[in-house]
Amino acid sequence: MQTVGRPTQPQAVSSIPETLTGARGLLQDEVLIFELGGWDKTGVDLAKPELDASDLGDLVRTEPIGLPGLSEPETLRHYVRLSQKNHAIDLALYPLGSCTMKHNPRLNEKVARLPGFADVHPLQPQSTVQGAIAVMDQVAHWLKTLTGMAAVALSPKAGAHGELCGLLAIRAAHVARGDARKRVLVPTSAHGTNPATAAFVGYAVEEIAQTEDGRVDLADLEAKLGPDVAAIMVTNPNTCGLFERDIIEIARLTHAAGAYFYCDGANFNAIVGRVRPADLGVDAMHINLHKTFSTPHGGGGPGAGPVVLSEALAPFAPAPWIVTGLDGYTLDENPDGAFGRMCAFHGQMGMFVRALAYMKSHGADGLRQVAEDAVLNANYIKARLSPLMSSAFSGPCMHEALFTDAWLEGSGITTLDFAKAMIDEGFHPMTMYFPLVVHGAMLIEPTETESRIELDRFCDAVLRLALAARAGDADRFKGAPFHAPLRRLDETRAARNPVLKWTPASAG
Amino acid sequence: MRYLPLTPTDRTEMLAVIGASSVDDLFVDVPAAARRSGLVDLPMHEGEMEVEHDLRLLAAQNRAGWQGPFFCGAGAYRHHVPASVDHIIQRSEFLTSYTPYQPEIAQGTLQYLFEFQTQVAALTGMDVANASMYDGSTAAAEAVMMATRVTRRKKAVLSGGVHPHYVGTIHTMASVAGVDVVAQAFAVDGEAAVIAAIDADTACVVVQTPNVFGTATDVTKIAEAAQAAGALLVVVVTEVVSLGLLKSPGSMGADIVVAEGQSIGNALNFGGPYVGLFATREKYVRQMPGRLCGETVDADGRRGFVLTLSTREQHIRRDKATSNICTNSGLCALAFTIHMSLLGEKGLRQLAALNHSKARQLATALGQIPGVEILTPRFFNEFAIRLPHAAQGVVEALVRMGIIGGVPFSRIGAGMDNVLLVAATETTSEKDITLFARDLKGALTQFNADTNGEAA
Amino acid sequence: MRFTEDHEWVELNGDIATVGITAYAAGQLGDVVFVETPDVGKTLKAGDAFAVVESVKAASDVYAPVSGEVVEANGDLAGSPEMVNQDPEKDAWFAKVKVSDPGEVEKLMDRAAYEKFLEGL
Repeated sequence: MQTVGRPTQPQAVSSIPETLTGARGLLQDEVLIFELGGWDKTGVDLAKPELDASDLGDLVRTEPIGLPGLSEPETLRHYVRLSQKNHAIDLALYPLGSCTMKHNPRLNEKVARLPGFADVHPLQPQSTVQGAIAVMDQVAHWLKTLTGMAAVALSPKAGAHGELCGLLAIRAAHVARGDARKRVLVPTSAHGTNPATAAFVGYAVEEIAQTEDGRVDLADLEAKLGPDVAAIMVTNPNTCGLFERDIIEIARLTHAAGAYFYCDGANFNAIVGRVRPADLGVDAMHINLHKTFSTPHGGGGPGAGPVVLSEALAPFAPAPWIVTGLDGYTLDENPDGAFGRMCAFHGQMGMFVRALAYMKSHGADGLRQVAEDAVLNANYIKARLSPLMSSAFSGPCMHEALFTDAWLEGSGITTLDFAKAMIDEGFHPMTMYFPLVVHGAMLIEPTETESRIELDRFCDAVLRLALAARAGDADRFKGAPFHAPLRRLDETRAARNPVLKWTPASAG
Repeated sequence: MRYLPLTPTDRTEMLAVIGASSVDDLFVDVPAAARRSGLVDLPMHEGEMEVEHDLRLLAAQNRAGWQGPFFCGAGAYRHHVPASVDHIIQRSEFLTSYTPYQPEIAQGTLQYLFEFQTQVAALTGMDVANASMYDGSTAAAEAVMMATRVTRRKKAVLSGGVHPHYVGTIHTMASVAGVDVVAQAFAVDGEAAVIAAIDADTACVVVQTPNVFGTATDVTKIAEAAQAAGALLVVVVTEVVSLGLLKSPGSMGADIVVAEGQSIGNALNFGGPYVGLFATREKYVRQMPGRLCGETVDADGRRGFVLTLSTREQHIRRDKATSNICTNSGLCALAFTIHMSLLGEKGLRQLAALNHSKARQLATALGQIPGVEILTPRFFNEFAIRLPHAAQGVVEALVRMGIIGGVPFSRIGAGMDNVLLVAATETTSEKDITLFARDLKGALTQFNADTNGEAA
Repeated sequence: MRFTEDHEWVELNGDIATVGITAYAAGQLGDVVFVETPDVGKTLKAGDAFAVVESVKAASDVYAPVSGEVVEANGDLAGSPEMVNQDPEKDAWFAKVKVSDPGEVEKLMDRAAYEKFLEGL
């Protein structure tokens, strides 16, 4: 008789033991590269130098640097293991309000890596980079057409950098007419970069009140406008996910006071193809290419923040300017009138290529559909969740739905607890506690790249959690997450005694 | 449309759930005057194949570095990036994740940022580094702003060796904040000249090594002079591979080190995206701009990482933040970290030695051409030469011979029209050097003949 | 001990006022992780921001309840910011100020008034 059979049906156990190694099945407990022993190892093969460094004398570094090296298989394993501890758009709906976590098309990645784009130097002869400058020119054309604006500064490297660029252009325009002004007005619901940027440029920041329906208070704006106001900075659609109904009047009042209208274009994805900011009276607006135009967020950058400018501000745009002539394109590094330069070269070329691939893929028709589907998806989530959760404002929202924590009152469960419990259900939490103008804010942005099935899966999960919260199932929330790679982290400890790098002594 | 999952039926059913009759109902808050019913004047959507084709045509109009001899530097350097780097950064979990605000499901990002910070601190010889900046030039501007906060002074002195685009960036940012930016005249070997300009109002001196002309400088004396006057020394490094061969700025007394990290892990990309490195002394950490990742433990006592000291940042401090910066250069920092992990100290030192050797070979070859003068006294992988003619025209002549022959100084700064900046890296072959020397000599002979002809 | 509407406390001994933040303020901030105290010798006007207190997610200016010159700052807070949570109204004082106008202290709320003020928040 054959005696080497084995059980082929799973058997029930009474308790689940902790693992002995800290691993959890596929999820390894991965140490730091400094703890992998690669102190005399390298994963590259290089030719031997022909000449030595005797010409450099005592400039040569003799002390150890302290950098471990790993072979290629070890390196791949280390970083692939790390990657498995991250949530990502490609895994599930990523509802971070105001961050616009939409799908990142892989065609974009492919074309950005063509050697004709990736392997060209910013300062090689301009006759050898006509295609690269053409990409910049085409991106500029699409952005200008979509916004109706006169010019675009492509070099800002992220949204906040674009804000800085816009305010510098505004400052330069005021200075050019001998009218230095002192104040910038910012609504209370603004993103933190707005006041930070205005302060950086040397302006005093004053807040504009908000109405009960989540918009700029026109009366307060009018009261605070005056001959010393340089600009207002208004996000539209705003950070509550609402369109500023009075925006044309806001622009009129602003211009009447001799100030410029800076629009934070973080939420342009809600209106692209349907509304042109120029028609609203905007003078300057940055566009986050990683939001509206799908360049990857990459775990925190790189972003790209081109700024469109009105006729009034265009003459002050920073270097470089694209000039079209009979011999093709040139980049003018020292144009007359420019307020200066934002960075060393011409901006985030790699992001321009990706954004252009995205824009051409959608076209005029598809981009309009992008805005409509983004708004439709957000309103669908708002409609499905509102029966259990407290919507912050009535009426339709734009690309994101804002809820308060009023519906959690008395449950002992906070917005933070609720968000952490969402992690256990397989979703990234929504944006929490922003904007600051409503209590316990939960800001949900699905984007247009979510399917009906995924939207329903998300809404079902949130509604089931909401029922659990209302039923007082506090254990599910208070210690959550329980099923993530790590439990809640001690941020107090990290801030009180900052450990910002690995040291041999800290390797317990 | 391939990126939009909703079907017409989905849209109709979802509108019914919302209680709207059409999608226009959702845009009622848009003022009537600004509603656009038609499409904007741009092409209609295209398939993946067509878009790829369009972009390939544009890419083909550029001359890529691999296509022939290539000698550009001046703040961006052509290096070999191992294939595994680009593979890892395209993993969905890195490419399509956001800033790690939810540390429980972002340990992958947070742990590499912690590794990145450790690598940058080691490389620069400093106590602490942040999680990266946009690029080297904006990091330099932030360093100047930080120095004004630390010292409560409002003047920055920039050496004549700082990259002119960095000078421009610093000037643009700092001048609006009321900082007096004193930029010294461009000089090939003039870093130490900043010492004479330090006074009681000086917040910082900014020097670069190797500088824009390639000159490597021991900045120890400059550090001593700055600190004796209560000012900080900011050291700029645009070629980070140099730190595998040259003394670290930290060991020479720098207070803040900023660097362009593109050379490690990142392609030239026509100027961006790149990755700025920012490191300083521990005592200044709370005045530092940008994101920081720190070690801590979770509720079960397991080691983990979080973004920390964020009260410095704009989302909490708003108009009192250390900077308006709201991002880092995440994927580029990851590429840097992976490439540096592959290199290790051993590989980095070999790479740096090889770069230096190639540059020495290049200098030997170019130095033998009549009329060419090597200006840079001590260099790493880049140096300046003076030509008998304007460098711009010579470089254009070289393009017709299939050679990208470096960066004319006139492209980035005023004056010095005859000065050409040339760089060599591990990607430069001996044949490239031979061809460059031959054709530069040929081009100069032709220019000489033309000039003489005109004179006659 | 007297209190301000910005949740600072002040205790006057002769012409030296000891100032800090109230237990209520410390509770609102959450776990305090950093305190920046003023330099000795600094001249303050009542209402000036003279110190900063930070938790993980919030940073707050602390305003001088009285005018005068800083004669001592609490050096222990730098290394042990948790003291602000543990003992805000005693050991975790921020600074001692030589007051220029003792009358300013009299105008502030006493504990009963402050507690009443808190109820109204």
